This record gives sequence, structure tokens and C-alpha cells, in this order.
Amino acid sequence: MDRLNFDIAHLLAGGLVLTSFMLLYQDRLYALLNTYALQALVLALAVGWQAHIQHAPHLYITAAIAVVFKALVIPFALHRMVAQLGVHREVESVVSLVPTMLAGIALVALSMVVMLRVTEGADPLAREDLAFALSVILLGLLMMVTRSNAVSQVVGFMSLENGLILAAAAARGMPLVVEISVAFSVLIALIVIGIFLFRIRERFDTVDLQALDDFRGERR
Amino acid sequence: MTLAGGLVAIGGLLALGPAALAPSRVRHLSSLIYGGVFLICVLMTGWALQRLFAGAPPEALTLPLGLPWLGAHFRIDALSGFFLAIVDFGAAAASFYALGYGRHEKAPGRVLPFFPPFVAAMNLVVLADDAYVFLLSWELMSLASWALVMAHHREGDNVRAGYVYILMATLGTFALLLAFGLLGGADGDLGFGALRGHPPSAAVAGAVLALALIGAGSKAGLTPLHIWLPLAHPAAPSHVSALMSGVMTKVAIYGFLRIVFDLLGPAAWWWGAPMMAAGAATAVVGVLFALLHNDLKRVLAYSTIENIGVIFVALGLALAFETNGQGTAAALAMTAALFHILNHSLFKSLLFFGSGAVLTATDERDMGRLGGLLNLMPLSGLFMLVGAGAISALPPLNGFASEWLIFQAILLSPSLPSWTLKLEIPAVGALLALAAALAGACFVRLFGISFLGRPRGEAARAAKEVDRFMLAAMGVLAVLCLVAGILPGYVIDALSPIVHLLVGARMAPQTDLGWLAIAPVAESRSSYDGMLVFLFIASSALLAAAIIHRLASDATRVAPAWDCGFPDSNPAAQYTPESFAQPIRRVFGGFVFRSREKVDMPAPGDLRPARFDLSIQDLVWDIVYRPVTRGVQLGADRLNRLQFLTIRQYLSLVFAALVFLLLALAIWT
Repeated sequence: MDRLNFDIAHLLAGGLVLTSFMLLYQDRLYALLNTYALQALVLALAVGWQAHIQHAPHLYITAAIAVVFKALVIPFALHRMVAQLGVHREVESVVSLVPTMLAGIALVALSMVVMLRVTEGADPLAREDLAFALSVILLGLLMMVTRSNAVSQVVGFMSLENGLILAAAAARGMPLVVEISVAFSVLIALIVIGIFLFRIRERFDTVDLQALDDFRGERR
Repeated sequence: MTLAGGLVAIGGLLALGPAALAPSRVRHLSSLIYGGVFLICVLMTGWALQRLFAGAPPEALTLPLGLPWLGAHFRIDALSGFFLAIVDFGAAAASFYALGYGRHEKAPGRVLPFFPPFVAAMNLVVLADDAYVFLLSWELMSLASWALVMAHHREGDNVRAGYVYILMATLGTFALLLAFGLLGGADGDLGFGALRGHPPSAAVAGAVLALALIGAGSKAGLTPLHIWLPLAHPAAPSHVSALMSGVMTKVAIYGFLRIVFDLLGPAAWWWGAPMMAAGAATAVVGVLFALLHNDLKRVLAYSTIENIGVIFVALGLALAFETNGQGTAAALAMTAALFHILNHSLFKSLLFFGSGAVLTATDERDMGRLGGLLNLMPLSGLFMLVGAGAISALPPLNGFASEWLIFQAILLSPSLPSWTLKLEIPAVGALLALAAALAGACFVRLFGISFLGRPRGEAARAAKEVDRFMLAAMGVLAVLCLVAGILPGYVIDALSPIVHLLVGARMAPQTDLGWLAIAPVAESRSSYDGMLVFLFIASSALLAAAIIHRLASDATRVAPAWDCGFPDSNPAAQYTPESFAQPIRRVFGGFVFRSREKVDMPAPGDLRPARFDLSIQDLVWDIVYRPVTRGVQLGADRLNRLQFLTIRQYLSLVFAALVFLLLALAIWT
């Protein structure tokens, strides 16, 4: 039974990393948002499974927050924003696909090496989850670095946060209060960023951050 | 009085600072403040001296102040008692002097609020018994004195002086912070008692020694960290200059003594060597520059650097003897160091008071425009002469007694086992002898140019004697210089408990010898009797004066009408400060002083005047500080680009840093 628990947790956490990779190569905004919703769903499943095997009922709340906010509310809101901004046709990619994917693979390898070595002697389940969580965080950062569209950067930031939640759920330490406040701060961040997006568009007729840099008169 | 009483008195000093902010309508505000400081300091001096002479045991006290779970620790033992007496006596003299001098202050609101906290901070440094209180008071001392340096910030170069000072003070405190951090180790109990109990390993102790040399040395004025001192000390009002030069440098030495001789545990044999080398270099550099400058107060500031060098040589000697198991020789060197600390605080305060008197009377600090002041200000001139004689180490004054003791200790160096020290100490002694001789020349120049001869300017011609307070403060210090010089035995005996605390040995009691003589090693080897010398000098001088007066002055003489130009009424025909220093400048000029002389001589028949331009630059600026400032400038230019990155580039920076750290973790663990 333990073996099965472990395998399922492993599968779900691995699925999270996989969706992170999927996020990396989406070049249409709607597809990106859909993939993000999928990642949130996988996160909810992973956290829910942790709640089941750890017998920690408060993690069910975390999973529920993930489903409601991250899989439904946020993608929906972003969908509307993209529609209102009229940027849904935009295709953007700053660094081309192949190097990005290769870098992503290297980052996953790096986080495995670091985490498995540092957490030696800890619970194997937590070890695996922490390693995957670090991969998700790094991939989220990589996404923020390689994209120039503000909406994709927001998505990168959110997926980074998903990695944090996974780590916290696996490490069996995070109190619910912290969990809820993190979820709400992400929501607030979304609102603030949304307002900014509209302001940016109003002024520059685009949400490509390149325009901001051009406006400052900087060379790339 | 107990330690608690002393702390209450210091609290009173701290409270006097804000009290000085009272509206300036209050009459005699400055007299009230200085009077208050004077009374408190006299009280504290009395307490410290009484403890010192009664041989009172150490006394400790913890106040529930500062960090909540630690409190503030205070302690007074023989060492801090001695320095407490020096601090408070110097401060009492300075505030008494300021009762008169402060009336001429143009902006008392810029001086009064900072003077009492400055004195209080120096008291607290000496009484501190944990690193927090020590560093906090040290920094308060730096900041208060910085504010006093900046009091006349519109004059001349004072802003630059303040800037350089605060930079160097920060560097010094930073070094001390690191030193205490190293001493405290990982578990970090920073009470002095705990530090004393856990002496660090040899390598760490060496690092602490270096940091203490930088931290306390920069405050005291060790080369090459001395550059702020000749800028900042003269910039402050004269009574503050006296405090900074005469007392604050001693507080710095106290910090050094406390760390190296008390907290650091057993010393290694080589520790004395770098201290002596730094001290000797400081002494020579300081006195050479003192010889070159024309500004009275700047000359005095450079001479402070020289004396600090002398003291550090003596401290290094004490350490060298102590670590090589020669207790009595170590006690001799340490006694000499402490004695010189006392002496320097007396005569340097006296000399700064004198320069303040000159400044009050003439509004002039440039020796090149003074001259002939002895006739107009006879008492100030006399006191200044005593101070100049004492600092030039002329018997029977106190400067001679302490420097003589230092040379006695140097003469004991052949008995050391280590060849490094055996070779170094005679060289250091030679440098010290050079410095002593040059100091004589320096003060002949200072006194001769400004007080003798004829006035070189209108201001000097119109000078008037200063008021009673200033004269009384100078007079007391001058008398003490003389008394400490003719009764050195009593001073040496009074110092012996402190010496015993520091090096674990003491000199033989000197007052038993009779005839007021002192014999540091053995009576057969060398002895000195200040009283005898004084009596001889006084009687022979009186006799000579009487004979001259009797035989020469009364007789009618026929004088030549033309006397080598001297009766010429033009005072510019006298020696100028530049011409007096020229031989020395020529000898050391190119290298040490970076001096450039430019003579512009008009062709025959051309009627314009000839011009002589002279520029002097401290060598240390070129060698040490210019590369540093250039490096900082270059780095700042390079880093400036980081201010103008795009959002994605900033994100990439963060990302790259994270990946780099993870990689480092992956590779190294």
C-alpha cells in the first residue's frame, strides 16, 4: 500500500513538472492559460493526495483553494483580460524553443541533484516532492525570463507559486493560515498586475514589455 | 562614590547636551553648560584618582539598558580608572578654558549641544565592559566629535575634513566590530569577562591584533591611517581640538590596550614587532610634517601623530619583553608608555589652549603672520613655552622623563632572545631619536616664529592678553607639566598597579630611592633626578640673568649703526616658517613630502616681484588612498550600468544568481 501511495504521489508531482514544460512551449495566450488551468488541477490532485496519505485534512482546503482560484477564477479572469485587451492573436517568444527546452531539462536535472543530495536521510516522499517542486519553481522563473509578454510573465509567476505550494504540502510543515494568506496574496497580485496590464495597454497600445524598455530609451 | 554614582554623573553629562538647545535668550548659556561639565568632570577625576591611589578593587555593574536580554555592562579597574582620570581631567581643563574661550565662539549653538555628549561618550568607552556598550560609546564619541569638527563648516576646508574624518572613523569602528566578532567566536557572548575567559586560537588572535591596530590606530592616528587627524583636529574649536588631540587619542589607545593586553589572552612573541614598526614610522612621519606646516593647530595635530607613534613603540616594547619572559623590562616599557600617555594629554592640551589663545587674540593661525607675541601676551607665551619645552622632551619637564624611560627600555633590547627583535629595536630607537630631535626643531620653530621676533602682520601687532579662565587653565596644565617632570618617581609608583594588571610585573618602587631620583633598571646603570636638574637649571639661569643684568645691561655701549639688516624696520627680513623648515624640506622633500618648489625670478630690469611657490602633499595620499578612491570610482562606474536594465534583464539576474548558487551547492557538497 505504501508503495502505491508513493507511486501515485510521485506521478502527480511529476505531472506538475510535465505541465510546467508544456507551459514553456505554448506560444498562444489562450493555450497558455488553458495549460495553466491544467497545471493548477494537477496541483490540486497532488495536494489532495498528500492530504489523503498524510491524514492532514487541512490540506484538502489547500487543494480546494487550488481548484477554485487557480484552476477556475484566475484563468477565467486572465481569459477575459486577454479578450478585452485584444491580444489573443499575439504570438511571442523571445528565446527560441529548443534552447528553452534544453535549459528547462538542465534545470530539472540540477534541482534533482541538489535536492536529493541535500535532503539525504529525509522521508523519500518528501524528498521527491521537494525536488519536483524546485524544478517547477525554476521552470516558472525560466518562463518569466524568456517571455516578454506581460500576460505570460504573470502565468510564469503563478506557476512558480504552484511549485511553492507543492513543496509546502510535501514538507508537512506549513500551517493553514500561511497557506490561505499565500493564496490570497497571489490573488491580490493578480488584481494588481491586471490593473497594470490595462494601464500599460492604454499608454502603449500593447502589453509587450518591450514597449516599456523602448519608452525608457534603453537598448536591449 | 561608587560606579553607580559615576554613571549617574555621566548621565548628567548626556543630559547637558539637550539642555544646551535651550533658547539662546537664556543668558550665560555657554557658561552654564561649560560650568556644569567642569563640575562633573572634576568630580569624576577626583573619584578616579581616589580609586587609583587607594588601590580599590574592580567594581562592576549591569544596567538593564540596551539589548533586552543582555543589559549594559560597566566595570572599572585600575586601567579604566587611569584613563578615566585622564579623560575627565582633560575635559575639566577644556571646559574651564572654554568658560573664557566659549565667549568668543561665533556659533555656540553648533558647539554646545555636542560638547557634553562627547565627554560623556569618552567616559563610557573607558567604563564599558561589553562589546556592545564599547562600540556604541565609541561610535557616539566619533559622531559627537564629528559634529564638533563640522561646527565651523563654512570655513576653509572644514567640510572636507569632516568628510575624511567620518570615513576613517567608520572604517575604524568597522575594524573594531570585526575584531570583537572574532573574539566572541560563534556563541557570541560579548561581555568582556566572557571574552577574557576564552582566548582565541593563534591565527584568530593575529587577525584580531591587526584589526585592533586598524581600528584603534585609525582613531589614534597611526600611519598610514593618520590622514584625517591633521585635517579634523584643527578644524574644531580650540578647546575641542585639545580634547580630541589630548584625550580622544588616549581613549583610542585605551581601546587598543583593552583588546590586545587584556582580552586577547597570551601574546605571541612577534606581536610587538609590527606595533613598534608602525609606531616608529608614525613618529617620524608625524614630526616631519609638523615641521613643514605653517598653521599652528595643524602643526600641533601632526605632533600628536608623532607622540602616538612614540607611545605605540613603547607598547610594542612592553609586549616584546613580556612575551619573551622579561617582566621587569616589560614593566619599564609599559610604565613609560602610560607615563607618556599622561604627559601627552597634559602638554598637548596646554599647547592647543595656547594656540586657541593666539587665535582669540589675533584671529590668525598662520605662523607666517604672527611674531613678537611674547611681549603682548607674556603669560600665554610663558605657558606655551613650558608646553613646547615639555613636548620637545627637555629636562626638567615631564616629556623628558617619559621619553627617557622609553629609551632606557630600548637599551635593554640586547637581552632579548629573538634576532628579529634584536635587530628591529635599535633601528626603532634610532628613528625615535630622530623624531625626538626633529620635534625639538619643530617646537623651536613654532614658538620662535610666533612668539619671538617682531610682528609680521597687523593682527599680531594688536594682540592682547586673553582672559583669566583661559590663563588659569593653561597655568594649571603648565604647573602639572613641571611637577610631573620633577617628581617622576611618584607618578611611576602610582602607575605600578596598572602596569601589573597589563604585563604581570611591576617596576621597583622609585620613591624609596631618596633625593627624588628615579632609577628604572638599577641605580648603578642609570638614574635621573628631575628636582636636581630643575634646581640646577633654575639657579644657573637666575645667576646668568643676574650677571648679565649687572654687568652688561647697565653698561653704556656703542652700537653700530648698520647691523646686518636687523634694525631694518621691515619684519619680513626675519626668518619665516618656510625658511626655517627649508633644510629639512630639502633633505626629505622629493620623496616623503612630494614637495614642489617653483621659483619665478623676473629678468633684470623687469619690475614685477619674484614669486616662490611651494606645494606639499602627504605621501600616503598618493600611495594608499589614491588607488583606493580610484578603484571605488571605477567600480561605481561599472556598477552604475545595473541601474538601467530592463525588467527581463533584472529577472534574468535573479534567475542566474539562483541557478549559480544551486550549482555551487550541487558541486561543493
